[in-house]
Amino acid sequence: MPEAVIELKQVSKRYGRGDRAVTALQELNLSVPKGSLYGLLGPNGAGKTTCLRILATLLAPDSGSVRVAGLDALADPRGVRERLGYVAQEVALDKILSGRELLQLQGSLYHLPNGERDRRIAELSGLLGMEAWIDRRSGTYSGGMRRRLDLAAGLLHRPAVLVLDEPTVGLDIESRAAIWQVLHQLRDSGTTVLLSSHYLEEVDALADRLAILDGGRVIAEGSPTELKTALGGDRVTLRVREFSDEPEALRVQALLQGCAGVRQVVVNRSQGYSLNLVVEHDGVIEQLRRQLAEAQLPVFALAQSRPSLDDVYLQATGRTLMDAELAVAGSRDPKAERKQAMR
Amino acid sequence: MTSATPTLLSPVAPAEAPRSALSELSQETLALTKRLFLQLARRPSTLVAGVLQPLIWLVLFGALFSNAPEGLLPDGMSYGRFLGAGVIVFTAFSAALNAGLPLMFDREFGFLNRLLVAPLRARSSIVLASVLYITSLSLVQSLAIMGTAAVLGYGWPGGAGLLLVLVTLLLLVFAVTALSLGLAFALPGHIELIAVIFVANLPLLFASTALAPLSFMPAWLGWLAALNPLTFAIEPIRAAYAGQFSLAAVVLEAPYGSLSSASCLAVLAVLAAGLFLLIRPLLDRKLS
Repeated sequence: MPEAVIELKQVSKRYGRGDRAVTALQELNLSVPKGSLYGLLGPNGAGKTTCLRILATLLAPDSGSVRVAGLDALADPRGVRERLGYVAQEVALDKILSGRELLQLQGSLYHLPNGERDRRIAELSGLLGMEAWIDRRSGTYSGGMRRRLDLAAGLLHRPAVLVLDEPTVGLDIESRAAIWQVLHQLRDSGTTVLLSSHYLEEVDALADRLAILDGGRVIAEGSPTELKTALGGDRVTLRVREFSDEPEALRVQALLQGCAGVRQVVVNRSQGYSLNLVVEHDGVIEQLRRQLAEAQLPVFALAQSRPSLDDVYLQATGRTLMDAELAVAGSRDPKAERKQAMR
Repeated sequence: MTSATPTLLSPVAPAEAPRSALSELSQETLALTKRLFLQLARRPSTLVAGVLQPLIWLVLFGALFSNAPEGLLPDGMSYGRFLGAGVIVFTAFSAALNAGLPLMFDREFGFLNRLLVAPLRARSSIVLASVLYITSLSLVQSLAIMGTAAVLGYGWPGGAGLLLVLVTLLLLVFAVTALSLGLAFALPGHIELIAVIFVANLPLLFASTALAPLSFMPAWLGWLAALNPLTFAIEPIRAAYAGQFSLAAVVLEAPYGSLSSASCLAVLAVLAAGLFLLIRPLLDRKLS
């Protein structure tokens, strides 16, 4: 494997103190090979943003070591900043400045000579399709325009490493496709790209390699194909009724767990108490139908598929990514998180 | 993972021999200052309000006390002339008190993080840009008020006097800017910052010699006014307007002793330096 251009070792980070402390990262290890397009996948609250903010030198970890582009980010943060482009999740623009003025400011903050800066702005505005609106005030931009401008800002100084936090969240399909295309081009031109996402398909389609984060740790790492193949077997989603209930689901679970060739039977609460299971081979399905019929249980739907990244997550954590998202949806405090991000 | 053919997306390593620290520092500071001026040019309301408010003070207060009995003020000065110095200082003071607002908004809206991700030569350039911006803004506003006061017949300090006025204002603006920038990092949000600005503004004006001389005030207020930094700025400027440029001449008979222009300026300089030293650890922590 090529040398690692991003390397986190045993990185831990907690927010707050005492009883109210929240652990964001727990001895996280991550190694991103040079020139790869690398995905960080995980539900909200898994620690993705904290990890990226540490790489961008906005946060210092409580413990552990951080290396970016051959430099120790804790000892030489300025060196890292020169080599890294960071595209935050919440795009902070000065709405009274035009896109061009924002990029000019950014260029001066990265100490580009004016001529090179303006040439670079022209190149990127062509590449990202910003010519028509780059001289308009950014307060008038749509979400897709803002994200493209922010991407241009991250690329202005030709960084060796580009870090993007949920780059396509809330975007229209066209903007999303445009950003994907640029990320591929970047990777092909030798830039290492690290992006976080909680969209499975996005990471599956886009990333050369990925790490799945949960509870501030890496729970699986590899290329999408490696991870899925390693699971083995086929994924089956079974619904005995359109809307089942917990007691029934548990009864079916107990029944299926006894079947030969069946493993990892999980009740999926967010999908109407359907059951997710793994079957070793096709013959198992017939056997399974017979057993359900004998127990007088109907089959409303039965879907069989190759393993997905969600199955990788399910295998490692015992719940689906969607369940994990729903579990934290109510317990997060956006106000407190904004405060954490504020200096 | 194809190998790199140079394209406009290819990464480029930072220059082996970077430019001098000073040239990078001035580039980033100028760019940040330019942004503040662009904001001002496109939202000139702060500039206009900053001139309009003291102007209203000058006209209304000047008129209110225009019939004050002669001999009430030292050296038979007219009230308009007396008030002029106070209003000029108040203008600079109010402008500088707002210095922290743009920074507070940048903190709240995450723009500050954009600045902090950049390889700034020194993060104090963010603070320096605010100081440059607010100093020029407050001086321009003060000069506008001085011009208006001159037109209204309240006088104009000549050559050396003008220099004294500008130096005095500069010292006051530095001190108040330091305070405001410190508050912008210490307080949780812009609502709190605006509240502090709102509460501090008028009492500091009333408890100074801007509107009335010390001899008018009850003893306790006289003490307050004689300790108020605004008074240390008002009195040398008032003296300059009266044609008194000697730094050694006494300009303030405070309850604790007589103060010359030089001592007033020294107090302001110590205050400005002290406040910058005081907020430095806070800035270092917030910007580190």
